[in-house]
Amino acid sequence: MSKHFHTLKHNVWLPYRFAVGPVMFRFYEGLMEEKIMANRCPQCRKVLVPPRTFCPACNVDMDEWLEVGPEGAVVSWTLADYEFYGRPVDPPFIGALIRLDGADMDFLHLVGGLELDDRAAVADRIKRGTRVRAVWAGEKKGHLLDIKYFQPI
Amino acid sequence: MLTKNKKGHPIIEAEASVPYELAAGPSWHRFYEGFKNEKIYGSRCPQCQRVLVPARSFCSRCFVDMEEWLEVSNEGEVVGWSLTNYHFFGMPTEPPFISALIRLDGADNDFYHLVGGFDLKNLELVTRTMKIGTRVKAVWKEKKKGCIMDINYFRPTALADQTG
Amino acid sequence: MARAVGIVGVGQTRHGHRSEVTYPDLIREAVLAAFDDSGLTPEDIEGVVYGSMPSMMEGVAMNHFYFAEALRAVGKPFMRTETCGTTGISLAFTGYYWVASGYADVVLVVGSEKMHEGDAQATMSTVPEPFYQRPFVSGAPGYYSMLSQQWMWRYNIPEDKCRDAAARLSVDHHQDAILNRWSHIKQTFTMDEVKNSPVIVYPIRLLDVCPTSDGACAVIFASEDKAKKMRNKPAWVKGVGFRGDEQIIGDSDRVWSESPIGAARQAYKMAGVTNPLAELDVAEVYNPFTFIELLHFEAFGFCEPGQASELTLKGTFARGGRLPCAPSGGVLCTNPIGATALIRPAECALQVTGRAGEHQVEGAELALASGLGGANQFNGVMILGAEL
Repeated sequence: MSKHFHTLKHNVWLPYRFAVGPVMFRFYEGLMEEKIMANRCPQCRKVLVPPRTFCPACNVDMDEWLEVGPEGAVVSWTLADYEFYGRPVDPPFIGALIRLDGADMDFLHLVGGLELDDRAAVADRIKRGTRVRAVWAGEKKGHLLDIKYFQPI
Repeated sequence: MLTKNKKGHPIIEAEASVPYELAAGPSWHRFYEGFKNEKIYGSRCPQCQRVLVPARSFCSRCFVDMEEWLEVSNEGEVVGWSLTNYHFFGMPTEPPFISALIRLDGADNDFYHLVGGFDLKNLELVTRTMKIGTRVKAVWKEKKKGCIMDINYFRPTALADQTG
Repeated sequence: MARAVGIVGVGQTRHGHRSEVTYPDLIREAVLAAFDDSGLTPEDIEGVVYGSMPSMMEGVAMNHFYFAEALRAVGKPFMRTETCGTTGISLAFTGYYWVASGYADVVLVVGSEKMHEGDAQATMSTVPEPFYQRPFVSGAPGYYSMLSQQWMWRYNIPEDKCRDAAARLSVDHHQDAILNRWSHIKQTFTMDEVKNSPVIVYPIRLLDVCPTSDGACAVIFASEDKAKKMRNKPAWVKGVGFRGDEQIIGDSDRVWSESPIGAARQAYKMAGVTNPLAELDVAEVYNPFTFIELLHFEAFGFCEPGQASELTLKGTFARGGRLPCAPSGGVLCTNPIGATALIRPAECALQVTGRAGEHQVEGAELALASGLGGANQFNGVMILGAEL
């Protein structure tokens, strides 16, 4: 169906400068050193990654820092096969929730380092509980993708 | 990307570029076709009889369809104005520029556009020239695109030709 | 008949350029301050209302989701309210309605903004009509400066008299902000400095304009029964009013606008106020621009149309005058938009219960708070009093 009427096209370009704060900054610094930093709530003792300023359950300030991973187990995953605004990498790619060794919550990142063409083979290789290990990017920027992906081991 | 601001605090610089395409509908289409012919259309409400510019699909107060379209004058008088002297996202032209509400002859509401065609850097000239009631006339761009800026600005009719 | 509702706790962040903390931490600062002030805990809160400017402002869409933990909203009734500049007063209304209706006995209301994280003008530029009005509005000050020109002409106010009155407001508010520990701008100016500051949108100059602030405000509303048992003397909500105008600029008379007039009229009727200048002790009028504040004094019935400049120059609206306006320093000195119109009733609550500290107006018992949004398109008014 052809368009009969005008449209008004316009683009809104918005620059942002998000304040990172000291806790997230320490996490990013950790990534640049190939460490996954987490912190622990003094009340419920849960280890959260990425780290927080306060425990969301207890509402108290977090204080104890520790390193978690670099290995863990897949909790759930999905294969994304389409382009969308804000994608981390070009499709196809696998997004996954990973329970890193030492953490009490799941970490959202990518699973990679395997061929994705044969979907059946992928589903066979990656299951709930599959062990994975962080593979680091060569150049670090202080970004979540300083971990290139988690590779099944 | 992760960096530090002037205060030395860590920040992440990011951007979002969001494209929009708004449906203009039959009214805007017709209104801007008028612009291409240097005509400014208003529409009259069958109930309250107000002539509104730009012409539109319904009367905002009576909530009925406005089907009668008529041409209003390219000339009118200034009802309110302000001189903008700073840069901001989406500005119509380089500052300084004057935004004004203009009561075009034949209309019952005010039309928002620019007033120009004289030296706007001269604040004294601006405040002397721009009064409530100053008569102005549309100056059109040569090439029309079917948008509000097909009118370059409205120039005060009392002024002798000056570079704008 | 709705039941009586009081403000029982108030918390604010230190407003300013807060790039040393993330946005959720900023919210938490205000929330913890409100709990500290009221003596309440998250377990006492039965509902949470949050709001800010549109998502594009800070780049997180529907940010009430983002702040669920910082607001302690998990597992509770939770709503986002967003009405541009009037957001704060709409938030206050929502908290008030939830309690007045019996839906909840104690409600936490929070408004915030972190304006240094995005391009505020770009977001605000998308508010006006997109097909033919947007390019000319010239941002927030642009439209208001035009309105003030129309007002001066309508009432034959000589431009320099109006210019002096606006400058007087700037001088007074900046002076008051020094006494307010949460305010953003803590710098005083002389009349000459204000009148000679750079032109932004003529006749509005730099020192007639509010700053860009990061900040949050948290207010706790409670039902009469619960409020009377709490630590702080409640500030009772006596009246509320809200009115909107047409969006298309140029269609209606905005100089004598039904939006602020109608909002005030509704609130006064509910509160039983018939002579605002005589009966009110404090007015925290939403005042991002000095010139517009003058118009609002008239729209709210503090004086006859065209008289605001005269009375301002006489000191009627200054600290020590008949009706002190913005004793906190007002929006002119602190403007984290999503919080700003909530800070107004928060400040009023502190004033009428004698808890405003260094910027207290002695003996204040009845106060007016207002919010303003769009191109003066929407106005909200809330009246707070020391007695039920």
